[in-house]
Amino acid sequence: MAKTVEGLYYSESHEWVKVDGNVAIVGITDFAQHAMGDLSYVDMPEVDDELEAGEEFGAVESVKAASDLFCPVSGTVVEINEELEDAPELLNQDAFANWIMKVEMSDPSELENLMDAAAYEAMCANE
Amino acid sequence: MEENLLKTCLYDKHVALNALMSPFGGFIMPIQYTSITDEHNAVRNHAGMFDVSHMGEIFVSGPDAEKFVNHIFSNNVTGIPDGKILYGMMLYPNGTVVDDLLVYKEFEPDHYLLVVNASNIAKDYDWICAQMDGFDVEVVNASDSWGEIALQGPETEKFAVETLGLKPAADLGFYTYYETEWKGARMVVSRTGYTGEDGFEIYCSHETINEIWDILLAAGVAPCGLGCRDTLRFEAGLPLYGHELSDEITPLEAGLGMFAKIKEKDFIGRDALAAQKEAGLTRKIVGIELQDKAIPRAGYPVEVNGEQVGTVTTGYRSISTDRSVCVAMVDKAYTELGTQVEIRIRKKVFPGIVTKKRFYETNYKK
Repeated sequence: MAKTVEGLYYSESHEWVKVDGNVAIVGITDFAQHAMGDLSYVDMPEVDDELEAGEEFGAVESVKAASDLFCPVSGTVVEINEELEDAPELLNQDAFANWIMKVEMSDPSELENLMDAAAYEAMCANE
Repeated sequence: MEENLLKTCLYDKHVALNALMSPFGGFIMPIQYTSITDEHNAVRNHAGMFDVSHMGEIFVSGPDAEKFVNHIFSNNVTGIPDGKILYGMMLYPNGTVVDDLLVYKEFEPDHYLLVVNASNIAKDYDWICAQMDGFDVEVVNASDSWGEIALQGPETEKFAVETLGLKPAADLGFYTYYETEWKGARMVVSRTGYTGEDGFEIYCSHETINEIWDILLAAGVAPCGLGCRDTLRFEAGLPLYGHELSDEITPLEAGLGMFAKIKEKDFIGRDALAAQKEAGLTRKIVGIELQDKAIPRAGYPVEVNGEQVGTVTTGYRSISTDRSVCVAMVDKAYTELGTQVEIRIRKKVFPGIVTKKRFYETNYKK
């Protein structure tokens, strides 16, 4: 039911990472938006926030619950997607076309700790 | 899914509608069928129905029934007419809440129906039975044999009268009921609800409840889950046991003193409430509105100058008003309307203003 995109990295906490040079573009997966239902708020990090891999950096919220977001790789936030502040529903419409933040990676080797699309799909199938 | 969860008599209907099911009050209940927002709006604008068969029905009767109900119940049932319904609480001697409930004065002398929260049925029944000494009453927990549908929304009178043929429902005032028969089986129809809208609650046997559900569904009434039941009751300023009321909160602290008749009669917990009133409250439930879109949730701290002065009990991005609002238990010093407070949401704090705890203008039939 939920789709994935080839060529991205995936975390166990349902974030995706697209690598652009030394920058990690981070969003939530289609599986995650589907599980949450209609989103009404995205709690964004701030530019220049320094994040460790696995650190909470914000949240997506539906009517009934808040779900924390965890940074898949260490680094510094260089840009946030301000469009989501007024239109969180964009994540429901297309979770892969709408990123949440861009992180300048301090240790790109951490990408190896993440999953590829096939491994992520297998994990979701067990949830 | 836990094995020991109870199913209501409408469980198969929910599964057939592909509802998202989740545990609530010991039952496996529908949270939503399509979306919480759509179901919420159906109740606000048209008509929705809820399976509330998990609620408990406890019958009290006998020569001392009025005296006994007045002993255990915070509101005053003295001399109320047949068909009248009162909201109130059962209290512990220290004034905190065993449960909040509806008391129906039945159409027989000395007969009352108590409708209690699902999660508290066993506790309530045990509590009531433990208070019976010296009262000539009989107490029967009939929760397992009654089903209940809440039909809620501005268009529900039409569905009650025309679709179900319950013509006397049109003449019911708010918080009154009448009894009828459906194919020979007893049915209770009351003008009550938990959404802030006009509506009816229909009690009858499991078999009849299934028939009613099918008829209403076919007529276009939206099936609604517990997800929007909570967003609706929250906007209307109605408390939920375990959040705004509990065994650690008194009715006065919850802002529900009007349902505790401490000047009119004695009842369990009355003296504690009178003493609390005399001494002055130290904390109270208030509404808080945020300027930001961030969503306050139950358990989040309310702060002033970096110090915690309260805790959110329920909060949402209100669907009907599109505002981020919550109710919170706050130290008395910060409960005046217009007081500036902050709510800690994860790593940040967001400014808010103390407001009334009702966020939506209710539309009851008087």
